[in-house]
Amino acid sequence: MLYRENGQFKTSYRADQQIFPIRQDRLFIGLLLALAFVVVPGLAPEYLLRAVLIPFLILSLAALGLNILVGYCGQISLGSGAFMAVGAYAAYNFQVRIEGMPLLLSLLLGGVCSTVVGVLFGMPSLRIRGLYLAVATLAAQFFIDWAFLRIKWFTNDSASGSVSVSGLQVFGLPLETPVQKYLFCLALVGVFALLAKNLVRGAIGREWMAIRDMDVAAAVIGIRPVHAKLTAFAVSSFLVGVAGALWGFVHLGAWEPAAFSIDRSFQLLFMVIIGGLGSIMGSFFGAAFIVVLPILLNQVPGWFGLPLSTATAAHLEYMIFGALIVGFLIAEPHGLARLWSTAKEKLRLWPFPH
Amino acid sequence: MTLPSLALAAAVACGSLLASTAALAQAKEQFFPVLVYRTGAYAPNGVPFANGYVDYLKLVNAQGGINGVKLSFEECETGYATDRGVECYERLKGKGATVFQPLSTGITFALTEKAPQDKIPLITAGYGRSESADGGVFKWNFPLLGTYWVNADVLLQHVAKKEGGLAKLRGKKIALVYHDSPFGKEPIPLLQERARLHGFELQMLPVTAPGVEQKATWLQVRQARPDYVFLWGWGVMNSTALKEAQATGYPREKMYGVWWAGAEPDVKDVGEGARGYNAAAMQHGAHTDAAVIRNVLAQVHGKGQGTGPKEEVGSVLYMRGLLSAMLGVEGVKRAQERFGKGKVMTGEQVRWGLENLALDQKKLDALGFAGVMRPVSTSCADHMGSSWVRVHTWDGKKWNFSSDWYQADEQLLKPMVKSAADRYAAEKKLDRRAPADCQS
Repeated sequence: MLYRENGQFKTSYRADQQIFPIRQDRLFIGLLLALAFVVVPGLAPEYLLRAVLIPFLILSLAALGLNILVGYCGQISLGSGAFMAVGAYAAYNFQVRIEGMPLLLSLLLGGVCSTVVGVLFGMPSLRIRGLYLAVATLAAQFFIDWAFLRIKWFTNDSASGSVSVSGLQVFGLPLETPVQKYLFCLALVGVFALLAKNLVRGAIGREWMAIRDMDVAAAVIGIRPVHAKLTAFAVSSFLVGVAGALWGFVHLGAWEPAAFSIDRSFQLLFMVIIGGLGSIMGSFFGAAFIVVLPILLNQVPGWFGLPLSTATAAHLEYMIFGALIVGFLIAEPHGLARLWSTAKEKLRLWPFPH
Repeated sequence: MTLPSLALAAAVACGSLLASTAALAQAKEQFFPVLVYRTGAYAPNGVPFANGYVDYLKLVNAQGGINGVKLSFEECETGYATDRGVECYERLKGKGATVFQPLSTGITFALTEKAPQDKIPLITAGYGRSESADGGVFKWNFPLLGTYWVNADVLLQHVAKKEGGLAKLRGKKIALVYHDSPFGKEPIPLLQERARLHGFELQMLPVTAPGVEQKATWLQVRQARPDYVFLWGWGVMNSTALKEAQATGYPREKMYGVWWAGAEPDVKDVGEGARGYNAAAMQHGAHTDAAVIRNVLAQVHGKGQGTGPKEEVGSVLYMRGLLSAMLGVEGVKRAQERFGKGKVMTGEQVRWGLENLALDQKKLDALGFAGVMRPVSTSCADHMGSSWVRVHTWDGKKWNFSSDWYQADEQLLKPMVKSAADRYAAEKKLDRRAPADCQS
């Protein structure tokens, strides 16, 4: 009932090719954006913005980047933490070394550097795939961790290997209050999500998916594997790099290589798998699951006034979180995004589902 | 999970997330956030610290609070991870926190950027960034009781004394086995400076976190045969290093740990094998007989309200937690002297209190810290307050003091702190605080 498509006829290719061809979807997204841009900044307390929503947005962007590589192009990567680090440290270097460098530009240039490194480490994907590629990208993780720990130049000769930024501003507007930071991240993530959605809908996205589904067949019908794989690596590392720069600049303010350790890579991969491989929406679901849920779980005993010790609460958090991951993967191996689309299907046919 | 139940669960979760943050702490109580790590790779060391910290707050409450103001507190588990630490900071900040103790170098670095905007002071008692001792630049940081540079300097002085003077260090070899993180790298600038001055050779041996893989490192130690090994480790890394030293046959008497590497969990597993191992004791060591410990046992543990096992009360890390809490409480007390006794202080007022700490021997004795630590007094320029360190040695069963008090060499430290702080200020485009700012 809610989602009935009856009467929504498309009379032009343009109308048929919209991102959201169904009116209810458009309405929903419009409402969601209005909520995110207008209502949330007005109502949400500082804690929710700073500790929950900003990390959620930034990691959604990273998951989106990784999803393009893993979900759309089928190239498994365990080096996304490293590409985040490249973005963060490159942006830091642009910011520190060039006087008067605009923040937005250094963030984007951080993404560009990450693209270069990503393509470099994506080269092996031309010869190897699957688990072998995962190991090759793991090498990227180790190498880049090592580089930022050892090569002093990257950290501007900081004695401890930790770098920090402050006094951020964009187009002359300060980026200090949680609302400003939140809106900045939201705008960037929104733009990139839109771009990504359009990319995967277009010719290049179809190439990626063809490579994912069967690379030999794709090559036979005239898709260049080299081009497809490397563009996927490039786009993916760009988004991941920008996310890394945001993580360092906007969320943490000061960071060390450990902020982008192998744990982060795994976390991102989990986000993509749990959220839904090959789904833009899924990246957001996955990030919410991995970022927000543990924080919630950690606080639940406190809300109900349960006299649990901190350690017990932390252990419980891990146990429940782990169980939920397993549970979700058993119930819906295609991730939360699939759950979402099933729900939409059901609403479309409601009250008479097949 | 069906869709309606999923939606319901999400709605409940969001609602309670909002509700929890909206509920602010009662205005009548001074709220102390407690950032701890009771889980994860560093838990064995994190737990006694957390217990000591909480026990002291309970003790203050049992004794009537700070001039009648009761303390409230809440723990938040960071797991030693910077992003979770930042989350904890935001969570507890919303509940009216007025002083934070990050308990991790990484979290300290991240919070250093946030504290000035939120106007909440940070106490990093014996850790954190060394240049933050300079109050002229780091208005909100308080590395009370000394920094890693103080620690490294004293260890060198001690070693030099053993050799018969700083001049005798020429040509000697000192290896620094360090945790490969900002924490482990903190002492490097000072040791390099000392190496340049006295002509000893500094060999740097990083160990990847958490530090269980050290075979290659100790192979290098075995090849180079350094005269001394400085161990800048934390958690499981320390006991591993001691076991490796035992396996390579490196004399434990020549090993000197940072004070984080000088507590019971670090050596207990190694037991006799660690006999003779030394570590810096940043003011205190283990004090099971101090007056304050007797008070804790009587007024907190005696009433069944103790945190953690009774046997750990008075151990090295427990004492550090206790001491850290005491410094925070004394900051509030000092602030009350100026802004009104019996009132709840704000972050800015507590900052003033911490900047004007004057814990003389009489006050320390009254608090029950006689013999545990030396007086501390801070100022606008000096946020460290004291730089006295002792060395203690593990005899196979417990830590015993094995040296007199040393003070870090101000002549050497001051210019280093100043230049590092200036560098930070230049990077951040900050101005040094004007003298008028010191009065506020």
